[in-house]
Amino acid sequence: MSQTRAVDGTPLLEVKGLTKVFGQLKACDSIDLTIGKGEIHALLGENGAGKSTLVKMLFGSLEPASGEIFWNGQGVTISNPGQARKLGIGMVFQHFSLFEALTAAENIMLSLDDDTSILAIAEKAHGLSKAYGLPLDPFALVGDLSVGERQRIEIIRCLLQEPELIILDEPTSVLTPQEADKLFETLERLRSEGKSILYISHRLEEVKRLCDRATVLRHGKVVGHCDPRQETAASLARMMVGSEVITATRPPAAIADATELLSICGLSRKPAGPFSVALKNIWLTMKAGEVLGIAGVAGNGQGEFFEAISGEVTQESPDVIRIRGNPVGKLGISERRLMGAAFVPEERLGHGAAPRMKLSENLLLSRFKTDTKAFLGKFGMVRTSAIAEASKRIVSEMDVRKSAEDPEAASLSGGNLQKFIIGRELDRQPSVIIVNQPTWGVDAGAAARIRQALIDLARGGSAVLVISQDLDELFEVSDRIAVMHDGQLSSPLPAAEMTLERIGLLMGGSQTATESKGDAA
Amino acid sequence: MRLELVKRPQQSRAFSALSPFIAFGLTIIAGAILFAALGKNPATTLYYYFVEPLMEVWSLHELAIKAAPLILIAVGLSVCFLSNNWNIGAEGQFVIGAVVGSVLPVMFPDFQFWFVLPLMLIMGMIGGAAYASIPGILKVRFNTNEILTSLMLVYVAQLFLDWLVRGPWRNPAGMNFPETRTFHSYAILPEILPASGRAHWGFVFAIIAAIVLWFVLSKTLKGFEIKVLGQSPRAGRFAGFSAGKMTLFAFAVSGAMAGLAGISEVSGAIGQLRPAISPGYGFTAIIVAFLGRLNPLGIVAAGLVLALTYLGGEAAQISVGLSDKVVRAFQGMILFFVLACDTLIHYQIRFVKSKAATASLAAAQVPNV
Repeated sequence: MSQTRAVDGTPLLEVKGLTKVFGQLKACDSIDLTIGKGEIHALLGENGAGKSTLVKMLFGSLEPASGEIFWNGQGVTISNPGQARKLGIGMVFQHFSLFEALTAAENIMLSLDDDTSILAIAEKAHGLSKAYGLPLDPFALVGDLSVGERQRIEIIRCLLQEPELIILDEPTSVLTPQEADKLFETLERLRSEGKSILYISHRLEEVKRLCDRATVLRHGKVVGHCDPRQETAASLARMMVGSEVITATRPPAAIADATELLSICGLSRKPAGPFSVALKNIWLTMKAGEVLGIAGVAGNGQGEFFEAISGEVTQESPDVIRIRGNPVGKLGISERRLMGAAFVPEERLGHGAAPRMKLSENLLLSRFKTDTKAFLGKFGMVRTSAIAEASKRIVSEMDVRKSAEDPEAASLSGGNLQKFIIGRELDRQPSVIIVNQPTWGVDAGAAARIRQALIDLARGGSAVLVISQDLDELFEVSDRIAVMHDGQLSSPLPAAEMTLERIGLLMGGSQTATESKGDAA
Repeated sequence: MRLELVKRPQQSRAFSALSPFIAFGLTIIAGAILFAALGKNPATTLYYYFVEPLMEVWSLHELAIKAAPLILIAVGLSVCFLSNNWNIGAEGQFVIGAVVGSVLPVMFPDFQFWFVLPLMLIMGMIGGAAYASIPGILKVRFNTNEILTSLMLVYVAQLFLDWLVRGPWRNPAGMNFPETRTFHSYAILPEILPASGRAHWGFVFAIIAAIVLWFVLSKTLKGFEIKVLGQSPRAGRFAGFSAGKMTLFAFAVSGAMAGLAGISEVSGAIGQLRPAISPGYGFTAIIVAFLGRLNPLGIVAAGLVLALTYLGGEAAQISVGLSDKVVRAFQGMILFFVLACDTLIHYQIRFVKSKAATASLAAAQVPNV
């Protein structure tokens, strides 16, 4: 494979044949990668392609099984993050490692090796935040900051070490489109100063816009290097997925005079803990045949909202939530299922499925109350053959790939387990289904299948509520879209009338966006 | 060079089942080395320890007497441990079960009918369950740590029994010995085979309890509920199970089993209440529960093995002059080897060579990939 040389001839970082093996799985299989000085280099790949494993090896938090790393032409072994920082590699993680009860400056101080005073740090951080357009109050409590602001702390913390190479892991996945724009400005400024950036993402548009070169990974292998500006989003996607990307088809919905299946009237909920979000007066009605999408930056009350509708947390008044006209506010999750509702939580292992239990047992988990006759016999005996039969049906229906006849849930890949969990609920033909992050971490093929299944269910006469952070997904499946911000839900609008810009404003908490169409930024 | 534990992708079912036996074998080997180091002949000592108690019929009866409470308590505890409720206070529930069950023969000695014994057994179970419910309710209502509360209640129960037998319940005709009056014949749990030895019906109760709980745990929705809530409480809540109700249920069941063990021991083996009625059955049962892999049928086997270490320890004290501390050391070694075997079933050991060696190895491999 021909390697493009770096911009000024001497690559800052060169990786040859880097390999990492977990058990049977080659997470990274002899990866070659070159990053030049002053370059924004994209690392593209689907979930599970090996991107995170690769950068963890570059940052010293994982040890490669074999392969070499050259820094400024010198062979190096990076055995821990401290060493990486000393070389000049800084990293901003996808999931922030910040203490919410401490201030921004205190969080930065914790990561520094020397005893700099807190005031000196605050001053330095303030200087950096001005220089790079990253507005931040060093003395603000992290718990009070938005996700975008928290990311700024991570970036400033990283810049304080004066790195030559900055690794950003899916930085925009938690940002509104407007916040992402600001981030891009910062990154371009860093590039103009000769810093190099390794930018990990699966969002093709932003890679095309920002990056000078791209390395594409698939199943742990490098499948190509390219200049993303010369490619189309479709051609990049093809490289990532290895085949044409299928998008779900969405026939028009006829819901004008359909029956109301789910209605939420003034749902409020106090925060359960110091850092959880309160739900504030949420109103929503859904009719048979439609898919309603709820957008929003993570941590704006989506989890709390899901728990409240599912009945894992009940309400004080029965009329707050109605399923098929029945007031269910005071009923638990099993009773709500009996009314015809089904639920798919965000977390698969440990919430939607018990990790150490077999698939067939996980089928029983959400179905024992609704399918008592089929699955339970005398004395509450479990009909093992019946649940095995039903789980086999779901496995073939949803094309779940597995290693054994009836494996433990934890042994399945995230995408396959999600297909099983969704299939488990769809198998019941629920009249209302609430799905939180349906395709998070799921590969493109499986995601398309899941989305199509949800649309088909709606068109068959059910109401489908999808909560997601992935805006592309919401536009693909939804008939109407609402936005959740700080525990409040905007009034839903037809998907055709929603623009990215408008959603972005709503995600950032601007209420005016609903009224004044196109009044951007 | 350092050692790393790497999780195995697949656990061997055969070794999972064999692990207690391997552990027991390793304990015997380690025990032999220990005896040799103490200057005893390992072969003869092991013979007295593990074989001699099995050679005589009366001594098999003694084995059953010791195994009965261990098995009864441990199957109850398996429900607790599987549902992630850490009841460490079975010793106290055993005592309270014995006390409550003894109310009839001690306070109403003239009340002599055939149904006295069944009533005593039921009262013992209720007493144990009620006492176990205290840490259960505290956990559900106030979120207290059940390990601490259940353990502390052991000492409360023991001191309560001590006060009873020295004070209000002391035998009026007992020459001031700290013990209650001996139970009348209707209050005595009979022997299974009176002709051959002392083993009483408590052993039968233990076997029945083990079979019933095995059925519940492995075949029914209740067992599923217990395991789901123990393994992933959030998935349990998603299923619609209540963790709070499960805590109360698990404590009540294990308390009832411990209480039944207590009243069976008192009315079967002892025949009256004394200041100390248990050589630590409630605590040893924790080892039994884990040695039996929290599976009631495995617990029956494990209970017999640990009962044998009690008996063998006594025999070895008498015949070879071994210290009585050796019993505890043996029980500890069994637990150690069981846990070690389990670890090796789930993980494999990998030797990681030093950095320099890895680097040169990696360099050597590069041309090949």
